Amino acid sequence: MFRGAVHLCAGRGHLGRRLSTLRGGSALGKVEGTGGHHGSGVPPVSSCVTFRTWDPGRAGQTVGQLGEGGWAGKVSEIKKTLQSVLPGGAWNSLYDTSHLPPEQSDVVIVGGGVLGLSVAYWLKRLEKQRGAIRVLVVEQDHTYSQASTGLSVGGIRQQFSLPENIQLSLFSVNFLRNINDYLAVVDDPPLDLQFNPSGYLLLASEEGAAILESNVKVQRQEGAKVCLMSPEQLRNKFPWINTEGVALASYGLEGEGWFDPWCLLQGLRRKVQAMGVHFCHGEVTRFVSSSNRMETTSGEEITLKRIHEVHVKMDHSVEYQPVECAIVINAAGAWSGRVAELAGIGKGPPGTLQGTKLPVEPRKRYVYVWHCPQGPGLESPLVADTSGVYFRRDGLGNNYLGGCSPTEEEEPDPENLEVDHDFFQNKVWPRLAWRIPAFESLKVRSAWAGYYDYNTFDQNGVVGPHPLVANMYFATGFSGHGLQQAPAVGRAVAEMVLEGRFQTINLNAFLFSRFFLGEKVQEHNIF
Amino acid sequence: MAAPRASLNLVAPVWNGVTKSIRDLSSSVAPKGSQKKGKRLLQFLADRFYDVEALREYLLQKQVSKVHQENRSFTYIKERYGPYVAGAYFVLKQGGAVKFQGQEWIQSSGRRPSSLELLSFQAVPVESVDASDCAINYEGLDNLLALKELQSLSLQRCPHVDDWCLSRLYQLADSLQELSLAGCPRVSERGLACLHHLQNLRRLDISDLPAVSNPGLTQILMEEMLPNCEVLGADWAQGLKSRPEKQSQDTASPTPA
Repeated sequence: MFRGAVHLCAGRGHLGRRLSTLRGGSALGKVEGTGGHHGSGVPPVSSCVTFRTWDPGRAGQTVGQLGEGGWAGKVSEIKKTLQSVLPGGAWNSLYDTSHLPPEQSDVVIVGGGVLGLSVAYWLKRLEKQRGAIRVLVVEQDHTYSQASTGLSVGGIRQQFSLPENIQLSLFSVNFLRNINDYLAVVDDPPLDLQFNPSGYLLLASEEGAAILESNVKVQRQEGAKVCLMSPEQLRNKFPWINTEGVALASYGLEGEGWFDPWCLLQGLRRKVQAMGVHFCHGEVTRFVSSSNRMETTSGEEITLKRIHEVHVKMDHSVEYQPVECAIVINAAGAWSGRVAELAGIGKGPPGTLQGTKLPVEPRKRYVYVWHCPQGPGLESPLVADTSGVYFRRDGLGNNYLGGCSPTEEEEPDPENLEVDHDFFQNKVWPRLAWRIPAFESLKVRSAWAGYYDYNTFDQNGVVGPHPLVANMYFATGFSGHGLQQAPAVGRAVAEMVLEGRFQTINLNAFLFSRFFLGEKVQEHNIF
Repeated sequence: MAAPRASLNLVAPVWNGVTKSIRDLSSSVAPKGSQKKGKRLLQFLADRFYDVEALREYLLQKQVSKVHQENRSFTYIKERYGPYVAGAYFVLKQGGAVKFQGQEWIQSSGRRPSSLELLSFQAVPVESVDASDCAINYEGLDNLLALKELQSLSLQRCPHVDDWCLSRLYQLADSLQELSLAGCPRVSERGLACLHHLQNLRRLDISDLPAVSNPGLTQILMEEMLPNCEVLGADWAQGLKSRPEKQSQDTASPTPA
């Protein structure tokens, strides 16, 4: 609490400007140390800097109010003498700050969902030396009650249209298959991912057949095991499907299905914690940054920004901690648009790079669970119909879950996570029952809603640094396929941070600059 | 059958007492007495020193990579002598047995299979593979999937065969008639669900699978899914079998310690 207040009055600008490189964080710590804490005889540069951390008397109250706070003044006097007599470690016996995040961290990851944790994991794994990078993960909701990770259906597929997406999924499938090698923690039980390798079955109508065929061609080229099926074959294999209006189907044979997202999240969390990543339950409220005016070769003036400090507000409290950092990673999922705005992204005249917003917003999607005794059996894959309705089997007891993405006009209000049951009645069920006649009689057991981090521009992820806020990196905007690609995206972002380029999978198509340039990388298979 | 199972169970009390460690799954070979003592010391030290923990992490990684090492493909043999010899060599090296079409069963005698013996069968397809108790995993399965005429496959009690492996068996759908997965500790109903590709299957043994949550129901659903296949599953004897094993584990554990 006090520390926060001190920071408020201290001149942040001039402190901040000294931090410029990765090493800058620790260099600053030293400057302050010789100036204030150790009292080595050198007069402090400014009083604010000197007693930046540990002087509650000056910071919390003005000198005039010291009559009542005389004791506090005395304490600070005593502490000052003690600090000058005993140089060395900071005195923190009086104020317990163990619940606060560290004051410095090389990398701050905003968002502790599966994407943020994956970035943390790969940063620690790819670091050159053990403990070389200090990583802090800030998560505002430690129960993950609204996080998209836990509310996801947990599907993984390679049936995308973009080669990048297919590669990301293939890498992730490999990660998930060897999850107990990657995320092994000594003495902890192995993870049970509960992977259902049942595959995806995408149906295409007459108009969509050509696109589906060309997609499958790309998928096969990338190494995915996908086969095409005619309506006749479909009827033989899955007799419970009504093949009317279906011209072609593609069916994933290997590495497709669904898994328990919670297990992946907990496994990553456990491993990352064992690797020495700090966790903090709080909210990022402010970025302190410096800006430089620059001129491009064409004479255009642009403002380059650099974030020096992240203010982390503790949960249920007004207390906050400024964390000095070199790199910020925006993995806040559905809320990443808001985080980008905090950093000043999109605040500028429209049409310029500065005025280009991160086009990621929360979109509410419903998942319904129903029971149908006559429904498809054990062999049923995840079926995605021509109309956009999808469903999959859940367990052995003839339970199914599924849903449908609403059209742009009927997009529900993303303010809360309430479920609209009429949506199932009017939009989902009729289409389901048309495709699977057995679903004409079913009973909805439960339903829930979750957020997509929906990229309104082209429904694809945003990966890599921002061109103007040079030390903010994105790992967001995956519009519903973030969970399945998280292991690969985490690696890509970590490579970008550590090496400055993508090494394993080339994701240059997913850079932020495409929003300014207007280059859409359209993914056809989004549902 | 009893010997390797008992030793597998032995690992748990040494490591953590209650929780099953990752090592349970990765170590298929029984650790020797002295090794175990060393590991207990390591555990003691790891609770107190970070460096020892790093050492243990390294050992864990090494154990994992050992399984991968054992399962690598013999690309040279495959290129030179064809998939049948390569597949047979792989199985024999793992300690299993193979049967070429119209021939007798060949078992691995001693540690190294005699490759000379195999060379006479270059053009003869492999008909049956018995890979019981082998440390075969997802990568190692590549060698078996190349055997397009395989009719009978036994993967009994393979500690590394999991649901991911089962999802690859569709490649043998045209030929496979008999499959035994009995006693595989990591096979669950989720993997069994994708055996629907194997429409030529006549006999399927899914008894004694500890990871399957509802053995009876799973068997019924499997029978529905594969109507032409005889599914051997949970029978009345399953509950009886597990008891004496537990006893033998209890009596066995104090002796080496």
